[in-house]
Amino acid sequence: MKQTEILLRGINITRRWGGLVAVNDVSIELARGTVHALIGTNGAGKSTLINMLSGEFPPSTGTVELMGKDVTAWPQDRRARAGLGRSYQRNTIYPTFTVFENCRLAAQAGAQKPWLWWQSANACEFSTSAARDAAARAGLETMLDRQAGMLSHGQKRQLEIAMCLATKPQVLLLDEPLAGMGADETERMLKLLEALRADHAILLVEHDMDAVFRIADVITVMVNGIKIASGNADFIRNSPEVRHAYLGEGH
Amino acid sequence: MNNNETSKLAFVAVFFVALASFPLFSGNFGIDLVSKIMINAIFALSLELIVGGAGLVCFGQAAFFGIGAYMAVLLSSDSGPASLLWLLPVAVLAAGLYALVVGALSLRTKGVYFIMVTLAFAQMAYFVVHDTPLGGGSDGIYLTIKPVLGSVLDLDSPVTMYFFTLACLVVVFGFLAVLLRSRFGRALAGIRVNEQRMRATGFSTYPYKLAAFTLSGAIAGLAGFLFAVKDGFVNPEMMSWHLSGAVLVMIILGGLGHLRGALIGAFVFALLQELFKSEAIFGEFAKHWHLGLGLIIIAAVALLPHGLVDLPAQLRARLAGGLTGDSGLGGAATKKG
Repeated sequence: MKQTEILLRGINITRRWGGLVAVNDVSIELARGTVHALIGTNGAGKSTLINMLSGEFPPSTGTVELMGKDVTAWPQDRRARAGLGRSYQRNTIYPTFTVFENCRLAAQAGAQKPWLWWQSANACEFSTSAARDAAARAGLETMLDRQAGMLSHGQKRQLEIAMCLATKPQVLLLDEPLAGMGADETERMLKLLEALRADHAILLVEHDMDAVFRIADVITVMVNGIKIASGNADFIRNSPEVRHAYLGEGH
Repeated sequence: MNNNETSKLAFVAVFFVALASFPLFSGNFGIDLVSKIMINAIFALSLELIVGGAGLVCFGQAAFFGIGAYMAVLLSSDSGPASLLWLLPVAVLAAGLYALVVGALSLRTKGVYFIMVTLAFAQMAYFVVHDTPLGGGSDGIYLTIKPVLGSVLDLDSPVTMYFFTLACLVVVFGFLAVLLRSRFGRALAGIRVNEQRMRATGFSTYPYKLAAFTLSGAIAGLAGFLFAVKDGFVNPEMMSWHLSGAVLVMIILGGLGHLRGALIGAFVFALLQELFKSEAIFGEFAKHWHLGLGLIIIAAVALLPHGLVDLPAQLRARLAGGLTGDSGLGGAATKKG
């Protein structure tokens, strides 16, 4: 049975860049215990939407609600502290730091205390234990001392997730976590997402359709900034609009 | 503690012990020179905090140095010595305050704009002291009576000044070493490497950068204060962009991202300067010491892009590389044969 606790809500979100409407009146809901996939062709406005939900820039019009609170005017860091975690399409790890330090620094956001200037950062039990937990959940527990920049591509994607988890978020916005991954790595990542689903609300932007149809509870399809359909996998598969606009292409 | 950390610690310990024992062997000229270099090292450490620590290239550090120096002179009276106890904190605070204002405005910009805005603010301070009678104009002013700490410290004595400066250097170095290991320091490092990710993670990065910038300015003010007290004289050149540039060269020469780099850079820079200025060695050419110094610095940066701190590692790599290179050649030769 699915819970229906809505953690993140985007309501009638529009973003204009000059004359271009990148996202046009899109509403979206993320519930705890579900994976909500956002699919669409390149330039459909998926990343723009994710950026507005996470607070990278504000929507032109529309509202973002995080756990029932209107956070539209909140800057990104405040949303992050309130439980909104995101990963990026391109790797945005700290390549010169170790895997552990990448996770620890992310976890430190929850216990910043910059005035404790005399205390070593590693002495903070809160962030070191959160970092170890997150790395273990993402399957990186054996590489804590590796330099992040030296990891394989798939491991870097895992680290992205680990850094996200280290902040103990309720909502995860994952921008193409499977991009460029091999079959084994994809399999491992999907298992991880399955495991995370239980206690998180997950938004997944992804191009790998097999993966999306396998894991997503809800799928939203965007084309040219407009939401053309939203529903479960069967509904999307059989939707004529989606077939026409998206899945039909190239077949 | 691993090998690397042990060798760093050993280097710093030897460095400071050498400085502490230096006056035993040196005459007044040496004491004066090394005092000056140690002040430059404090100045370089202040810049290292903001450039190496937070990745913000400030090209106006001399303003904070100058404010610390001018405060030392302007707030001292001609009738009796001021107490270090209040004069030093006030000078440091004044420099920090100006840094807070400059930082609050300039940290809204990034990259090359940040460099230019910090330069502009420094030039503003420069022209205020250069073109108004406030600080004696372009001639500068003298500090007639140096500050004291009761009867404990008389900074008029070069040796006392030397050890007071050394103590300040050790305290600043130790403070920054501890600070950069703390959560604040790690957050700064994160901002240097990837500020966007820091924000996405939940750090409000602006206050961190502003705090680092202010602290950096305050430490530069301490260096300026010491400089004014040592020389008993300040002039607007202490705020000029030449000095901001020189201190930037020091930390680049020494190696960005390492506090030791600032120490090494300050010393090597000053020693090279003395070398090329020396008429005994260069004769007529000593007049053109800027040229020699510049060429050496260009060569150093080209050959050691990570600075002088990287020299041992580079040498080791060269040595190892040379060996494997030989065997590679040998292999190719045998294949051919």
